[in-house]
Amino acid sequence: MSANQPPLLEVQSISKYFGSVIALKDISMQVHAGQVMCLLGDNGAGKSTLIKILSGVFPPDEGKYLVEGQEVHFGSPRDALNRGIATVYQDLAMIPLMSISRNFFLGSEPTIGRGPFRRFDVKKADQVTKEELSKMGIDLRDTTQAVGTLSGGERQSVAIARAVYFGAKVLILDEPTAALGVKEAAVVLRYIAQARARGLGVIFITHNVHHAYPIGDQFTLLNRGRSYGTFAKSNITREEVLAMMAGGEELEEMSHELAEFARTDTTAGATLAQASRAYESEAQDLGTESSPGSGAQ
Amino acid sequence: MSAIQQTAGGASADERIARESVFGRLLRRPELGAVGGAIVVWIFFALVAGGKGFLSLAGTASYLEVSAELGILATAVTLLMIGGEFDLSIGSVIGATGMLMTILVVQFGWPVWLAIIMTVLFALGTGYVNGLLVVRTQLPSFIITLATLFIYRGLTIAITRLLTGRTQLSGLSDAPGFSSAKAIFASSLNIGSATFKASVLWWLLIVALATWILLRTSFGNWIFAVGGGEQAAHNVGVPVRRVKIMLFMGTALAACLVAIIQAITFDGADVLRGTNQEFLAIIASVVGGSLLTGGYGSPIGTAFGALILGMVRQGIVFAGVDADWYQVVLGVILMAAVLINRSIRLQALRRR
Repeated sequence: MSANQPPLLEVQSISKYFGSVIALKDISMQVHAGQVMCLLGDNGAGKSTLIKILSGVFPPDEGKYLVEGQEVHFGSPRDALNRGIATVYQDLAMIPLMSISRNFFLGSEPTIGRGPFRRFDVKKADQVTKEELSKMGIDLRDTTQAVGTLSGGERQSVAIARAVYFGAKVLILDEPTAALGVKEAAVVLRYIAQARARGLGVIFITHNVHHAYPIGDQFTLLNRGRSYGTFAKSNITREEVLAMMAGGEELEEMSHELAEFARTDTTAGATLAQASRAYESEAQDLGTESSPGSGAQ
Repeated sequence: MSAIQQTAGGASADERIARESVFGRLLRRPELGAVGGAIVVWIFFALVAGGKGFLSLAGTASYLEVSAELGILATAVTLLMIGGEFDLSIGSVIGATGMLMTILVVQFGWPVWLAIIMTVLFALGTGYVNGLLVVRTQLPSFIITLATLFIYRGLTIAITRLLTGRTQLSGLSDAPGFSSAKAIFASSLNIGSATFKASVLWWLLIVALATWILLRTSFGNWIFAVGGGEQAAHNVGVPVRRVKIMLFMGTALAACLVAIIQAITFDGADVLRGTNQEFLAIIASVVGGSLLTGGYGSPIGTAFGALILGMVRQGIVFAGVDADWYQVVLGVILMAAVLINRSIRLQALRRR
């Protein structure tokens, strides 16, 4: 993380347009080894567009994309993968009906034998999968069980371990905690910390500041295709992050509205109380003459 | 870190692994339903038609022959279905390739082996066209191959009539190379009164090969992947299109093999040969545990599926029941297999 070492991944004022829609405008960001960069923003902020550029799905229309100081032009996700930039997609990371070890090595199967007898080394796949998962601190019962039997958090964790094993230098995690419960999310966050400890750069995309803040070293905030800038954790509080995220303003507005509701509620309550008092006294007045309840007495 | 590794190191002695019984493991195999079904069907016909020849060696040979030709097709269909696609055109490809081979030999005087090579290349071409259309258009393969089912059959009938003026053609046996071709594709082994066909050996060979490819090669892993999660497979660099096209070429090749076996066995071809075989192959595959939605299945299960269909087909005849009932039984078996397999699969995916 020394100053003279180029960042693992860097984008310089990149923009992306879809027809007349400005999806991203003038975004700059750096990710260093052993750092977790949180990419925060509400729906429609441009997070997905940015990760698609980073993972090689499509190129930016303007700006530069550098990996370890060199400018790159990726034609496909495979190109990005070859440069050590691995993306773990939220629900498209694993194939549920296949075993853990088959998933782990999918597309890069270890083989033994030669020529027509070259075959998938199932034993090695099982063994390496088990080893790699335990290195990440993932404790699994059996690597031959179907991925579909794992929980969402476990699936994400296996996908992270796989990316790490296949030489990822930068790990892009697309909303890894979005569909998870509190405990599950904590599990995934722990594996992100593991990946960081092993010297990877991590880009963690989320709209949940409570997941981002504990793990993040840097925060880049996107709003409507533009960046509010990147902030180190020491310079920003959780509340400030929350306030800056798109929706922060709305949240503030909403709290005003809620306060307004509460105020009108009290006014309404007072009016109601007044009315009922008036009614009661009226009833009392009437009761002296014709109220059936009091008349019976 | 060391603490983590220690816990992980202890994972091999994880008490949770022991919880899974051998029986539980068996239940999760896709083959189980078909193996059980085959035993039940065999016992049923042994009781009903045992005295009428079903249990004899000749009876066994007769249902094995039916199962073998269907099994060859169904094995390739299973791989394709695991890969998430259908091929309804294989019945027509049987008709087309059988007729092509016969016309080349009888009408144009080609030697048998040259005609076989040409026929194989042609079959691979039809499979390639099916596959290319499916991956290019992204339309359901059910529709694409339903279209090619009619196109291939129609072309076969029209062109055959145009060239020969007939819809049936025979006379392969007079051509050079017929005897060696017969030895390989249609020889038979007599044991007592029973005649076991070479097609049974081809069937076993193809099931073994398909199982090996599926479970022990990278390509097999890709087949499961393209059927189980195409996008996820693409994301990790599996050549999804290539895998699918090759699987379509596989089903066409299997159809071609069946056509060659039949043409040599019957000394000629008929433009209508192979009609409805595509459905029987899919039934055998589903009875064998394949999932219609892809990503799951087994060639060995399919072999037992084909065995069930063969036993039912011949068993009904042995039992003296009118063969018309075969289709009814077929439908009932398919229905039962789908229901049983569904419950097995739910078991397999249930969290342990």
